[in-house]
Amino acid sequence: MLKPVVALAGLALLALVAAPAAAQEAVPSQSWSFAGPFGTFDRASLQRGFQVYEEVCSHCHSMNLLHYGDLGPNGPGGGIGYTEEEVAAIAAQHQVTDGPNDEGQMYQRPGRPSDAFVRPFPNEKAARAALNGALPPDLSLIIKARADSSPVKDITGGADYVDALLQGFKQPPKGFKMSPNMNYNVYFPGDQIAMPQPLQGNDVKFADGTHATLPQEAHDVATFLSWASEPMMEERKRTGVKVLIFLLALTAVLYAAKRQIWAEIH
Amino acid sequence: MNAPATQGQSKLVRWIDHRLPIFTFMQHELHEYPTPRNLSYWWNFGSLSGIMLVIMMVTGIFLAMQYTPNVNLAFDSVERIMRDVNFGWLMRYIHMNGASFFFIVVYIHIFRGLYYGSYKEPRELLWMLGVIILLLMMATAFMGYVLPWGQMSFWGATVITNLFSAIPVIGGDIVAWLWGGFAVGNPTLNRFYSLHYLLPFVILGVVVLHLIALHQHGSNNPLGIDRKGPQDSIPFHPYYTIKDMFGLGVFLIIYCVFIFYLPNALGDTQNYVQANPLQTPPEIVPEWYFLPFYAILRSVPDILFIPAKLAGVLCLFGAIAVLFFLPWLDTSRVRSARFRPIYKWVFWLLVLDVLALGVVGAHRPEGWYIVIGRVATLYYFIHFIVLFPVIGWLERPLPLPTSISAAVTRRSGAGMAGATAPMEKH
Repeated sequence: MLKPVVALAGLALLALVAAPAAAQEAVPSQSWSFAGPFGTFDRASLQRGFQVYEEVCSHCHSMNLLHYGDLGPNGPGGGIGYTEEEVAAIAAQHQVTDGPNDEGQMYQRPGRPSDAFVRPFPNEKAARAALNGALPPDLSLIIKARADSSPVKDITGGADYVDALLQGFKQPPKGFKMSPNMNYNVYFPGDQIAMPQPLQGNDVKFADGTHATLPQEAHDVATFLSWASEPMMEERKRTGVKVLIFLLALTAVLYAAKRQIWAEIH
Repeated sequence: MNAPATQGQSKLVRWIDHRLPIFTFMQHELHEYPTPRNLSYWWNFGSLSGIMLVIMMVTGIFLAMQYTPNVNLAFDSVERIMRDVNFGWLMRYIHMNGASFFFIVVYIHIFRGLYYGSYKEPRELLWMLGVIILLLMMATAFMGYVLPWGQMSFWGATVITNLFSAIPVIGGDIVAWLWGGFAVGNPTLNRFYSLHYLLPFVILGVVVLHLIALHQHGSNNPLGIDRKGPQDSIPFHPYYTIKDMFGLGVFLIIYCVFIFYLPNALGDTQNYVQANPLQTPPEIVPEWYFLPFYAILRSVPDILFIPAKLAGVLCLFGAIAVLFFLPWLDTSRVRSARFRPIYKWVFWLLVLDVLALGVVGAHRPEGWYIVIGRVATLYYFIHFIVLFPVIGWLERPLPLPTSISAAVTRRSGAGMAGATAPMEKH
């Protein structure tokens, strides 16, 4: 008698879970080299993405969790495919404040692989003062922090979002009230973002000759940021395959042993 | 004990056992320990919970070697574990997902106890010790979630500790005392870290008591009737050791799929943003395993002269406290729901009710969610306080089998007949 009641209540529950939250324009799903259980980061795309970050994003956005050495073979997850010499050259392009020296003075020197990425602003107040009061978020973990468009919060969800956001700048619709110093973006919560459109296409000249269209730049920088937020992903997935194969075999053996031992009881 | 457990063992074993009877103890509690012969796979979740506790403690100890409990360093120290510490990412993902899987197995363990009446005489204290373990687990999980010092860590801690401000007169002072200051801050993080390290060992102690209480009368079983003789039981080892190990294998496969391929699926993305006391996240949601309780907390309106906040807090704690009284609230003498034609169905209403509360807890308290939350909260308490005693009085239980062995042998014959019968009918 209670069966249909339970079934109905179950259905109602399902409907509740499935009810979508009305909000922003849906973030389109892209194809990523690092998607799926065997996905790996496309090294060429990572390097192009790093170039976009270096030449464009890094003027405002810090990546405090990264060190130049992380990009090389000794970095987490084996870096993004640069050699140690290349990493040293990249680090040396930056001026790093070090010290105090024996005279008690801070001084500038060229960067080394062990240095953290140089910050665009010395502190939050300096950033806000320079940028109409806006504070650009640190990008080290931005992909994991914005992964909500993936139902399992996979980094592909964050990559989809950043990729879409970078291409989501539009003219505001008629009658839409913009706050001062804000920009219209269909993918940003509330449609207004302090960041002006950062990439237009042809913002960088890719070292590998790839044509720097806006979708290409957005895709590459999202790939780089995905690596930055989860650099151990490749090792994690590789280990997972081994662990699961082992566990499947072990469980099969245990099942056989269980049947054997219980045979005399049944 | 006429035949010593160490008979036929080496001289060294006998020497040790004469002075410290660990071998006798193991022989007694594993090999001779009589276990009902009819335990189903639902009985795997007790040992799985114990194994999860060990996994959490081992990974936690390794994480503690690299973690820094300071508001300025905690977030980065967790990320250093993820990036620079050898296998740090693995330890952290095992621990982080372990919290979820610990609750999954414990919740299944609890609902198994509810279905088969495992809390009834003479296992009342066994059940109550289990409720204490649940409470300790909840405190441990809550404080552990604060340690990475992400946005949800900070704001979750703020919301939950603020619950105590609902206590009249002294509430505000209690909250300041919990915080060690006037907001969640460095003293809070330090004491939470200290307690998060301590409480698992307290849990371990209560688990030992839980096991002593269990071994006093042995496991309940799907029939809910007592063992009547040797024909009803089998030794725990090797029968249930191998069954538990096979179950563990299946469990680890599912657990590892999450660790290696869906490591953040059960977490909140906001916790990858460092805690910022000046910026409230759009929504403050606890981890999924607290959602039903969170829904109860938010669903309760003003009751007479009790303000909604205090009423919510009382109901939140009441939702657990009521479990302590369950052995006496349930008036039925029959343990297993198999022989309780009404309770058998009402049990599933509670499962559904808790799931509904979980869904409500994950959403803003708006529109229908408020209504469903209130109905579900009300039902939760009615289920325990009204339905348990009333069904026990009204229900006419089915006849119980005379013994476990009789039922098992009869059922295997009847089961085969039952399996072929539908085919003949169609």
